Amino acid sequence: MESDEGDEQQQEAERLPLSQRPEWSDVTPIPQDDGPNPVVPIAYKPEFSETMSYFRAVYYSDERSSRSFQLTKEAICLNPGNYTVWHFRRQIIETLHTDLQDELAFVGRIAKSNSKNYQLWHHRRWVAEKLGTGAVNKELQFTKKMLSLDAKNYHAWSYRQWVLQALGGWEDELDYCQILLGEDIFNNSAWNQRYFVVTRSPLLGGLIAMRDSEVNFTIEAILGNPENESPWRYLRGLYKDDTESWINDPRISSVCLKVLSTKSNYVFALSTLLDLICHGFRPSEEFREAINALNTPDSGPLDSDLGRAICRVLDAICRRAPDVVPITCSPQLYHRVESTGGIDGSHDSVKDSSLRNISVVQENIFASKLELYESGLYDVMFAGSTVLFTY
Amino acid sequence: MPHLATTYAAVNALISLGGEKSLPSINRSKVYTFLKCMKDPSGAFRMHDAGEIDVRACYTAISVASILNILDDELLQNVGNYILSCQTYEGGIAGEPGSEAHGGYTFCGLAAMILINEADRLDLDALIGWVVFRQGVEGGFQGRTNKLVDGCYSFWQGGVFALLRRFHSIIGESPTPVDQRGAECSIDNTQTTTASDVSEGDGSSDEISSQGDEHCHFQHREREPLFHSIALQRYLLLCSQDPRGGLRDKLRKPRDYYHTCYCLSGLSICQHSWLKDEDSSPLPRAVLGPYSNVLEPVHPVFNIVLDRYHEAHEFFSRS
Repeated sequence: MESDEGDEQQQEAERLPLSQRPEWSDVTPIPQDDGPNPVVPIAYKPEFSETMSYFRAVYYSDERSSRSFQLTKEAICLNPGNYTVWHFRRQIIETLHTDLQDELAFVGRIAKSNSKNYQLWHHRRWVAEKLGTGAVNKELQFTKKMLSLDAKNYHAWSYRQWVLQALGGWEDELDYCQILLGEDIFNNSAWNQRYFVVTRSPLLGGLIAMRDSEVNFTIEAILGNPENESPWRYLRGLYKDDTESWINDPRISSVCLKVLSTKSNYVFALSTLLDLICHGFRPSEEFREAINALNTPDSGPLDSDLGRAICRVLDAICRRAPDVVPITCSPQLYHRVESTGGIDGSHDSVKDSSLRNISVVQENIFASKLELYESGLYDVMFAGSTVLFTY
Repeated sequence: MPHLATTYAAVNALISLGGEKSLPSINRSKVYTFLKCMKDPSGAFRMHDAGEIDVRACYTAISVASILNILDDELLQNVGNYILSCQTYEGGIAGEPGSEAHGGYTFCGLAAMILINEADRLDLDALIGWVVFRQGVEGGFQGRTNKLVDGCYSFWQGGVFALLRRFHSIIGESPTPVDQRGAECSIDNTQTTTASDVSEGDGSSDEISSQGDEHCHFQHREREPLFHSIALQRYLLLCSQDPRGGLRDKLRKPRDYYHTCYCLSGLSICQHSWLKDEDSSPLPRAVLGPYSNVLEPVHPVFNIVLDRYHEAHEFFSRS
């Protein structure tokens, strides 16, 4: 007996035990076998145990019937992580040829509260693949909906990429990325998707053809928020496997210089410049001036080697604020600088990390200390963390 | 139905228990059969029968095969190609080709490549260049660019450094053992808990160290891990611990076993991150809080306590 659409919640409230359902009267439920000495037996609710016991019965006998199909729905709702149930449900679908659109609807209804469930997304992929290219609009719409709830849902993005590659629908994808970036220029998933479209869309000309306009777009984004790591990485990515073109594109070094000249949010600019230099870029005098302008009085003598000078600035950033957690610089780069006597010829591009908002970290550490202090555990914890570590 | 995640967890749990009942209880030939079934023509693995394919599956399969000493050419064939195709323009590794660079998958990808001896095929410069930026101002690691830090990434991301240090000399030549002392300088070291410190130079660096504090500082920096170990420990101890016990993602999140496991493993990685020699005890200055905070070292590829790993390694090489 097939259930009506959208009755998952209703079922939960008005559930009749399986033992009392006439259509199940001929089935002997199979209890879970935890062995003779279960060490950490789970305290299942009676409804759960019963459902799974009946599931085991039809699963082991491989009964691919209408009632089994209904039962898999109930089992999935009780535990959407049970991949065995999902798998059996797919086998039933294949045997009974149940309606695939209904199936998408079912997945759609439980998706919101299970948006990070591997089994759900894999199941959807399987259904969509069976439906073929006809499903493309609906699936793009579905992922768009999911991404409107969480613009960085990893599963949703992977699924969306699969849809594009397997079913098509590339036409509006670059626009979609544009929209998302307009909503949040810091959304790294959207930048990643942009890269995916630019490099793989059969409707665009490929990376090289798209590069020029993409560089311009990215530079705009950088200038708008130089502290945003995403466009810097995207920019570098546009020149993946083509370092020659990268160091020769004047816009790259130019944006570094622009950001450096503002004397704020310049960590990625410095890092990029260092990277350029490592790959053979020869900076003009303006770069040296811009770097030197960043040096504080206590940073020591100006270095003749620009690469080392940059390292010093990065190092100074790391050591500036005592109460902040400074991030390490790049020992490997220092090593190369020392051993080769300069950056020239070095192809090392190991970089340091960035220092973002000082107040953020102070707030976090203060908040955690406050919570611990209020709970009376702070002194004990910090001075004697053994209390929580020894058993 | 069997699943690679549960297989991985069970094998690791049994090995962590160790002993004469635990290790022989694993039916290796059946595990091998299962792994073969999970192998996909692309070279990757599925998590279960007709299940999803991703870098996690590759890692769990290769990890189990490796530690049980049943890894053969058929299993590792083309896995490297698949994982390689998952390294993104950012430098990190994604779950599937085209997806976003992510800490969990980066660990899985790198660890698997190391196990099949193909880590060199990755762009390690780019990988390091990505992962070093994943440490937040809070001290903890984020899983992806512009996302929040989470305690579990202490292991997934932090572990990358341990993997590279142990299995891939990123400095070019092997660092000398830390108990060899060259020149001494007092420097303001960002990584330690004390105000002034002694650097661990080696014999060959005498020339450089004599040139003054800053060169000594650079020399000293080589010995440091490429992430801020003390800052991460601070995050773990202050923000990830639940006052009632157990560890968590971040403040105001509930504790769970997953975070307890990976926060602790991350903490262990930190404490042992200053040494290349796995048999040495951690340096006191590498440990935040009292020395009694020191945890057992873990094997960075398998995330198993080192002693137990050695026992299993020996056991499975025999049979």
